[in-house]
Amino acid sequence: MMDPDIGERIRRLEKALLLMDRKGVKGVLMPDDRTFSIREIETSLVPALESIGKGWEEGRIALSHVYMSGRICEELMDTILPAHAPGRIATPTMAIAVLEDHHMLGQRIVYSVLRSSGFELLSYGQKELNELVDYVRADGVKILLISTLMLRSALRVKELRARLTDAGLNIRLVVGGAPFRMDKQLWQEVGADATSDTAIGAVAAVKRLMAEVSQ
Amino acid sequence: MIGKMTSLQRVLTTLGHKEPDMVPLFLFANMHGAKELGLSIKEYFSSAENIVEGQLRLRAKYRSDCVCSFLYAAIEMEAWGSETIFVEDGPPNAGAPIIRRPDDIARLEPPHVADSPGLLRVLETTQKLKARIGEEAPIIGVVMSPFSLPVMQLGFDRYIELFYERPDMLERLLQVNEKFCEEWANAQLAAGATAICYFDPVLSTSIVPRELFIKYGFPDAQRVIARLKGAVAMHFASGRCLPILDDIVRTGTLAIGVSAFEDLKELKAACRGRLALIGNLNAIEMRRWTPAEAEAHVKECIAGAGRGGGYIISDHHGEIPWEVSDETLLAISEAAHHWGSYPLDWLEKKDDE
Repeated sequence: MMDPDIGERIRRLEKALLLMDRKGVKGVLMPDDRTFSIREIETSLVPALESIGKGWEEGRIALSHVYMSGRICEELMDTILPAHAPGRIATPTMAIAVLEDHHMLGQRIVYSVLRSSGFELLSYGQKELNELVDYVRADGVKILLISTLMLRSALRVKELRARLTDAGLNIRLVVGGAPFRMDKQLWQEVGADATSDTAIGAVAAVKRLMAEVSQ
Repeated sequence: MIGKMTSLQRVLTTLGHKEPDMVPLFLFANMHGAKELGLSIKEYFSSAENIVEGQLRLRAKYRSDCVCSFLYAAIEMEAWGSETIFVEDGPPNAGAPIIRRPDDIARLEPPHVADSPGLLRVLETTQKLKARIGEEAPIIGVVMSPFSLPVMQLGFDRYIELFYERPDMLERLLQVNEKFCEEWANAQLAAGATAICYFDPVLSTSIVPRELFIKYGFPDAQRVIARLKGAVAMHFASGRCLPILDDIVRTGTLAIGVSAFEDLKELKAACRGRLALIGNLNAIEMRRWTPAEAEAHVKECIAGAGRGGGYIISDHHGEIPWEVSDETLLAISEAAHHWGSYPLDWLEKKDDE
C-alpha cells in the first residue's frame, strides 16, 4: 500500500509538471528549499513521470506535455545532482543515439527522463551506422538506447546488431520510437534486448539490463 | 445491386455518406512507383513523367481508387531553402532545420510556389495526371498544414519549446506558414487536383493538449481550410483524433485519415454523416503480413466502418513504407474488392451469428 502522503505528492507533482509550473515542481520536491534524495526521486519524481508516460500511451496526455515534463525534471535534477555528481548512476556506460533518422524528439525525451531518474548517459545525437559502432567501441558503452521514427531506421538496428557482434562488442540494445510502438514484434526481429513504448519504460528496461550486465 | 461506378463516382458517393458499389480503396504506395519503373527513388521523383507513369501503373495493378500527386514531404521544405536527403530504400527526408533560433522567425517570409522547382514539378505532375485520368479517378494533392510544417522548419523538440516559451514567434510562424499553405494548396487545385489531403499530425491529441489545440491549431486549420478552393481531407498521420472530432467537423473538412491506435467502430459512430473516414490499416505491421493476415485486417476495417458509406479503406499513415511487398498490396486490394462490395451482406450474416 502506498503511503497516502507520497500518493498526494505524486499527484501534485504530476499536476505541476502538466502545467509547466517549474516553481510548483520545485515546491513539491524541495519544500523549504531543502534538497531531495535519490530515494525521493524513486518514490516521487519517477512515479509522476510514469503516470504522465502512461497517460500518453493511453491517449490522455499529449506528447508536448511528455517532452516538457522530462525537460523540467532534467533541469531540476541538474541543479541538485550535476552531471558528474557522485550520486549519478553512470556505470555501466550508457549512451543514446538516433540511428540515421533526422528526428531528435524521441531521443531528447528519453535522455531527459533517464537523467531525471538519476542516470548519466552519453548523448550521441544522429549517427550513421558505422560511426555509431566506432563511438560505442571507443566509449566502452555497455547499454545503447536507439531512438527511431522511420521504419527504415528501425530495420537498420538489425544491421547494427550484426556489426556490434562482428566487432566482438557485447552490448545491450534498447530500442524505441514509432515503428516499435506500431509493430510489437519488431524489436525482437531486429535483435534488440528490450523496448518500451514510453520514455519512463526505458528506465525500467535499463535497470533490468544493468542487472544482467553486472552479473 | 448498384452498377459499377468509376473511381471518382465511388469516392464522391462515399463522401456523401451513401453506399457506392464498393468501399473505395486508397493505396498511398507512392514510393512503389520507382520499383515499377526500375528507378532509384531519387531518379523517380526527379521527373513528372516518371511519377505520372508510376501512379498510373500502380493504380492499374492495385485497382486503387485515386492517384496522388504527392512526391515526398520534404519537397515543401525545398521551397523554404532546405535540402532533401535521399536514400535508396526509404522516404526522402528534410535536411537540417532552416530556423536555427526563434528570433529568426521575425525575418521569415513565405516562399512562392513559382520560385520552387520542386513544387513546380508537383504541379506539372498534377496537370499531366489530370490529362491522362480525366474524371475517372480523383487526384489527391497534399500539403503540410501550417501547424505541422514547423516540425521540419525547426525540429520537433524546438517546435514544442516554442509553444511554451515563445508564443509570439509561434504566432508569427503560423501566419507566415498559412500564407504559404494557402498558395500551395490552391495552386495544386488549379492544376487539376480533385482534393487536398491536409496533413496535420501535430493537431492530433497525441501531440498537443486541448489548450494548445484551441488556442493555435484549430483556428489555424479553420482559417486555412476556409480559404482553399476545393475539397479537403485532413490526415493525422497515425495521431489520435477522437476527442476533437466535433471541432474537426467545424473546419469544413470532408474526411479524415485516422490512426490504427483508434477504434474504427468508435470513430464511425462519432463521425457518422458528418465526416468520412480514411484508414486505418497499420502500415508498419503491413510489412510482415501474410496474404491471409492482410485479408483479415481488411475485413476488420470494413466491418468497423463500411456500413452506410462514408468510408475509404487505406493505410493509417498516408504513406505505405517501401518495405511492404507487392504480394501484400495485392492481397489488400483483392480483399478490399471481395469484401468491400455493397451491400455488405456478409456483415449482416456475421451479426446474426
